[in-house]
Amino acid sequence: MKAPVCDKEIGKTGEIVLIEEVVLELRKIEKRFKENSVLKGISLKVEKGEFITFLGSSGCGKTTTLRIIAGLETPDSGEVFINGICVNQLAPEKRNVNTVFQNYALFPHMNVFENIAYGLKIKKLEKKEIQRKVTDALELIQLGGYEKRIPSELSGGQKQRVAIARAIVNNPQVLLLDEPLGALDLQLRRQMQLELKKLQKQLGITFIYITHDQEEAINMSNRIVIMRDGRLEQIGTPDEIYNHPETSYVAQFVGNANILKGKIHRIEEEFLEAKLAGEVTKLILSDTKNLTKEVGSPIVLAIRSEVVEFSQEKKENSLSAIVLEKSFAGGMLRMVLQLSDGSELIASRHGIDAPYEPGEQIYCYWKPEQAVIVKET
Amino acid sequence: MKNRTKIPNMFLIIILVIMYLPILVIIVYSFNASKISTVWEGVSLRWYQELFRDRSMMEAVRNSLILAGLSCINAAIIGTMAAVGMMRISWKSKGMIAYFSTIPIMIPEIILGMVFMVFFSFLGLPFGMVTLVLAHTAFCIPYVFTMVRSRLIGMDVSLEEAARDLGAGEIKVFFTITLPLIAPAIVSGMLLSFAMSFDDVVISIFVTGATTNTLPVKIYTQMKNGVSPEINALSTIMLLGTILVIGGSEVIRRKR
Amino acid sequence: MKGIKKNRAWLLVIPFYFYTIIFVILPLAYMILLSFLRRAEIWGVTKEFTLDNYKNIFEPVYLNTFVESLKLALLCTTFIVFLGYPFGYFMAKLSEKWKNRVVTLLMIPFWTSALIRMYGWIIIFRSNGLMDRFFMAIHLTEKPLRLLYTYPAVVVGMIYALLPFMILSVYSSVEKLDWSLIEAARDLGASSVHAFFTITLKLTMPGLLSGIVLTFIPSMGLFFVADILGGNKIVLVGNLIQEQLMKARNWPFAAALSVVLTILTSLILTLYRKVAKVRELEGLF
Repeated sequence: MKAPVCDKEIGKTGEIVLIEEVVLELRKIEKRFKENSVLKGISLKVEKGEFITFLGSSGCGKTTTLRIIAGLETPDSGEVFINGICVNQLAPEKRNVNTVFQNYALFPHMNVFENIAYGLKIKKLEKKEIQRKVTDALELIQLGGYEKRIPSELSGGQKQRVAIARAIVNNPQVLLLDEPLGALDLQLRRQMQLELKKLQKQLGITFIYITHDQEEAINMSNRIVIMRDGRLEQIGTPDEIYNHPETSYVAQFVGNANILKGKIHRIEEEFLEAKLAGEVTKLILSDTKNLTKEVGSPIVLAIRSEVVEFSQEKKENSLSAIVLEKSFAGGMLRMVLQLSDGSELIASRHGIDAPYEPGEQIYCYWKPEQAVIVKET
Repeated sequence: MKNRTKIPNMFLIIILVIMYLPILVIIVYSFNASKISTVWEGVSLRWYQELFRDRSMMEAVRNSLILAGLSCINAAIIGTMAAVGMMRISWKSKGMIAYFSTIPIMIPEIILGMVFMVFFSFLGLPFGMVTLVLAHTAFCIPYVFTMVRSRLIGMDVSLEEAARDLGAGEIKVFFTITLPLIAPAIVSGMLLSFAMSFDDVVISIFVTGATTNTLPVKIYTQMKNGVSPEINALSTIMLLGTILVIGGSEVIRRKR
Repeated sequence: MKGIKKNRAWLLVIPFYFYTIIFVILPLAYMILLSFLRRAEIWGVTKEFTLDNYKNIFEPVYLNTFVESLKLALLCTTFIVFLGYPFGYFMAKLSEKWKNRVVTLLMIPFWTSALIRMYGWIIIFRSNGLMDRFFMAIHLTEKPLRLLYTYPAVVVGMIYALLPFMILSVYSSVEKLDWSLIEAARDLGASSVHAFFTITLKLTMPGLLSGIVLTFIPSMGLFFVADILGGNKIVLVGNLIQEQLMKARNWPFAAALSVVLTILTSLILTLYRKVAKVRELEGLF
């Protein structure tokens, strides 16, 4: 299969058409594997020095997007620009982009030094120069003195660091990381998250990071791209994604939010009231983007489990519910509640005091500004 | 518990002893001074001396070494290239050809021998080293091909991708990544090919010429017409060679 | 890997295609063609089409050879199964150190010329040879058994030549076995015998089957074993083909015999693939 040729004006001459700041641009990338459409038009601009994360469940196309940027896959249509130059026709080895592979892909027949020096040797750098750069890179990842080790003698975390060093030693314009921490245990993962973030700031390299772990994405990124089924669902800062999800999918995937469906009951200047499970609750209108402004039209609300509060007495804006289940996990109390129309709602909070038992009748409520109106997807 | 492990161990030992029995017999009799193998006349190196003086026997050894060497090198080149190439092409015929290529090691040797004999005489090729090498290469290729192929299939694709990502072109990737990683498979495929070719009697009988004797063919003819104890001496030397090769490769493997 | 530039990988497979077509497919096709031609009076073949060569096979004397060959192959394979499976199985249960040692021990006879090993048996079997003298010394028999050039000698030789294939095939299969499955079966109440037949044997069946194929097919064609250890008394298909080719010079008939033997072989292989549900012979490499 041939890669689509770039736009006539831009591609052939390789003329720089974009603003300096944009280091990578994807334009309407499409890709299918046999009958399966994996990417359905991905467009995105990435700025220099940004830490951008592709977040999505497996099979959403995030790895394919990364491989297309690296040149390891060819898009069926659309263009990839690096520094304003269309690289569609450029082989992976010709792109100034490096990848940290999911399984590290360290060359088993070479030691740590040879692995890191691989890219430099190909560029035919002087021996001394290579020596210096590799030593520096090893210092940077805190593995000084490990030059002679072979990959099979390293722990998972060490392999990970070597893989990162092998990539950054080439000083790429963009570093692609495909779930680099996926195989590490939780504690090591948290530590590596901090280190990676620090490294990125220090080097000023653009990081494109792939993960399916929302916590990782929120902790590390400047911007998060939520992917779903080959499309971009939402792009935004961690705050935007977490606090202002645009769709029910994003709300559920990132914030583990409850999705409640209801109808608009009353519309006022600064707030509206929705009817949920036969009861009326008040919302503050923070943004009206997704709002159909008609009384009686359907409305979808996302409410994160940790903002749901509960009490024995009926309060303003509260809904009556029955406790179905309660459980503890990681210092959190988690309760499954059933609203009067049968829909379920999950509430969680820190601490393990659980005043209510399954079967008990309680009231749940939340602050009006904490419910977000989303598009249903 | 002890008795439980004793029976299996006894079984293993007995089978191994029986397996080594004929080999030991040959080694012992190679030092027998007598010409008749049923009579023991004391220790002597007579047959070793006679072996090295026997020019036709030495020539057969030489022929066999050349034949096995050429066949396994041919097989290594053709088989490795094919295994690597097959990973990168998507021709419909490739499964079919891969299947046909393994036929030489699937069908009974006698058929392969007979097929080559009639085919070569149909082509009018003069029987001798050329026909031997052609025939042996045919049954050596599948050993290398299958071994290298299964190694390639088991290999992590992202290693080659990582190398390209780091700036290596296709050819560079092959020589710095792929080849070193499949080298063990190539070597063991070549070793197996060499042994099979060196050992082969059935196919060689059919495709050898009147003047080109390989060692197994010579031994076979002797066995039918009366054996000289030189064979014992030769076998012992070959056995020693085998043990050295296996022991050597074992040491290399351990070191890794 | 899918490169950007369309690769030239097809160049790599050309020699392989060439060799396979010229030196495997064409010769086989020629053999089939030959089997339908009439032999010439003195030497070579005519261009006349005939089915006589195939009809010939059904003559009792030749048909009998086929039956005898199959019988011998079946007999040898049975022995090999009952010797090789336990060996491979026990071997896989040895400690890592001993496993490697036994593999090395197996490799040495495996890599030693089959002819030479057969010759060792000649020395052992020949009349008044080692075996006779040993048996007489311990008063097991009174007079020499004269085992050489008998049917049992051929059977022993065949088993001896082919047993390592079965052992290695079973071994590699048992090695891969997840022993916790057997523990799980025992935990669920299966006796060790029951667990063996329902779990171990089932899961190592591919190894056993490939071992059977690897021993059954060659045992039909190992004419030299029958030749050396059986004298000229035992005639197998292999011997018959060789005789027709070298002595009687009836190439078309030899070709017809080979075609039938090839069909028989492919039937076995097809059956194997169906039953074992694998494409390559497991354990061969």
